[in-house]
Amino acid sequence: MALLEIRDLQAEVDGKEILKGINLTVEAGEVHAVMGPNGSGKSTLSYVLAGREGYEVTGGEVLYDGENLLDLEPEERACEGLFLAFQYPVEIPGVAGTTFLRHALNAKRKYHGEDEYDAMEFVKFVRAKAKSLNLSDDMLKRPVNVGFSGGEKKRNETLQMAVLEPRLAVLDETDSGLDIDALKVVADGVNALRAPDRAMVVITHYQRLLDYVVPDKVHVMANGRIVKSGDKSLALELEERGYAHLLDAAA
Amino acid sequence: MVASTETVKQVQELGADRYKYGFSTDIEMDMAPKGVNEDIVRMISAKKEEPEWLLDWRLKAFRAWQEMAEPEWAKVAFPEIDYQDAYYYAAPKSGDKPKSLDEVDPKLLETYEKLGIPLREQEVLAGVEGAPKIAVDAVFDSVSVATTFKRELEKHGVIFCSISEAVKTHPELVRKYLGSVVPFTDNKHACLNSAVFTDGSFVYIPKGVRCPMELSTYFRINAENTGQFERTLIIADDDSYVSYLEGCTAPQRDENQLHAAVVELIALDNAEIKYSTVQNWFPGDENGKGGIYNFVTKRGACRGVKSKIAWTQVETGSAVTWKYPSCILQGDGSVGEFYSVAITNNFQQADTGTKMIHLGKNTTSKIISKGISAGRADQTYRGLVRIGPKADGARNFTQCDSLLIGDKCGAHTVPYIESRNPSATLEHEATTSKISEDQLFYCLSRGMSAEDAVGLIVNGFCKEVMQTLPMEFAVEAQKLIGISLEGSVG
Repeated sequence: MALLEIRDLQAEVDGKEILKGINLTVEAGEVHAVMGPNGSGKSTLSYVLAGREGYEVTGGEVLYDGENLLDLEPEERACEGLFLAFQYPVEIPGVAGTTFLRHALNAKRKYHGEDEYDAMEFVKFVRAKAKSLNLSDDMLKRPVNVGFSGGEKKRNETLQMAVLEPRLAVLDETDSGLDIDALKVVADGVNALRAPDRAMVVITHYQRLLDYVVPDKVHVMANGRIVKSGDKSLALELEERGYAHLLDAAA
Repeated sequence: MVASTETVKQVQELGADRYKYGFSTDIEMDMAPKGVNEDIVRMISAKKEEPEWLLDWRLKAFRAWQEMAEPEWAKVAFPEIDYQDAYYYAAPKSGDKPKSLDEVDPKLLETYEKLGIPLREQEVLAGVEGAPKIAVDAVFDSVSVATTFKRELEKHGVIFCSISEAVKTHPELVRKYLGSVVPFTDNKHACLNSAVFTDGSFVYIPKGVRCPMELSTYFRINAENTGQFERTLIIADDDSYVSYLEGCTAPQRDENQLHAAVVELIALDNAEIKYSTVQNWFPGDENGKGGIYNFVTKRGACRGVKSKIAWTQVETGSAVTWKYPSCILQGDGSVGEFYSVAITNNFQQADTGTKMIHLGKNTTSKIISKGISAGRADQTYRGLVRIGPKADGARNFTQCDSLLIGDKCGAHTVPYIESRNPSATLEHEATTSKISEDQLFYCLSRGMSAEDAVGLIVNGFCKEVMQTLPMEFAVEAQKLIGISLEGSVG
């Protein structure tokens, strides 16, 4: 059974149809890249999967580990192991990263009937995680994302992912706004989190992230549909020829 | 304070409904008849075996009260109060005053235990190393029934007792300072309090003494229809320091209840008083029925040079709040601070803020106010910063931030600034914001419930104020913020 199976998914935002029938199957252990031009519906797909309000599913279904994902509240999806790394991580003034992440992890532990971590236990746990990924945990002392550089925000998302240990991670344009050094750091973190029981869907506009996070499969989205799928060579082909010829084919 | 961090859990275990502290204790009450008149005032004074001067003062206040008009400038609305429909004296019936905790009505102790109040100070009594030391003067309805830690405080010469006791044991101090910061003519609510106050706390810190522990009073309104008129008087003599905690919870009930407390603080040369409040009285139900009317007059006088008074308040309860903890900065170089978090949900109304009256030279004041409004609640920050003609070099910084949850609530900021001295420096900043969908979804996508997320975001918003609370209080206050906002989203 696939970890994620999207069948003919249709969704609209503010009454406008954005997803027009997405089909995508992701097995545990795989990394899939979803590429496409701006406005093709990539971010909408990530928000629909995470359950954001205002993203109305009008048709199709999403099976996660064989269960209907769309029946679950956003927080239940997260507790069941879905993680969305945001394209634009949100600032939460006054809330230290540690506190935020402890609340998140404890919510998940509670959901699974496990004991919650107290502040001390959590600090130990998060330090170990950060170290294993070669990420600094300094930013956890600061309020969540407040005044963070683009690179810090994305590293923070990666660290959150490491702590929450998702089964399915959706990375929404994690490479946007990063210089090449920051990109490498984040990519190393993502690679370290690749695991046989974990799948990742990497949404990106450009091919360059895929030089570092090498995907098992590449899909091209255009106009609310997946118009082409292939292996990693498809990404290189896109880099060379652009999206135009695929868009023509889709139209 | 382990006992108090467990408060919320313990009360939840009791299965109390939405208002987590809503249960009442069945104790026989020794009550005066309903209503207030000169005979009732005399009766209260007689019950407390008060000296003549105090009875006279009460009677003067009562006569003034009859002539005074209700303050009507606050942005709150409630039905007219029928003062003759309330009881003005209620005390737990336990015969003579108990000599020790063993003699205290066990039901009373049970109530405190339910609330997690560390009345017995078990950890400390058991000699647990590193246990926090907090002395509690517990006000159960109107009479202080027990005071702990007296001995250790006495070692340092600190006086911490009920105000009725202080009238007997330290009449010279009470007579000198009572009403010296809040005269009974100040406002109608304070005036009524002066006439009929039944009990409260008294603190005196002698010269050069740093009070060895946080002093703490828990108020709890218990009897049906009993107005509460606490009177608190704290005097910090030269070069002394004290931190005082006041926390309130009340059982659930339907009738509106009047609460008109008066708190007076006096800081002499180089003295510092830190006064922290967590107020969580029954706010009324989600339809706006019931709840406490909280009309409080709190004021501190920085009489001495370089003296300092800091108010911190976390106001989450009451149906109507009318409260302006203030500082009169008389001594040169004295400092006044006001840190406030006010949360209103459902149909709660709050009109709260502060007054900083700069009289001495080089006096400074700081005001940080964080207002959170949810449901159909309405709240107002109302503040006055006044610089007198002799207050050369006075400075004030004011920051008022409002956070709205939902689209049916209101937040208002009414800052008055009066300066009669050209050398004064005054700064005012104000913001109003909403919890954004983005913030909420970000938290949800990490597995938190909507309520947990709101609690977290709001605690972040209030952080500057919460940081000023003593540790023992901060944890409980953070949880209260979450509880107060339950049902505000989703």
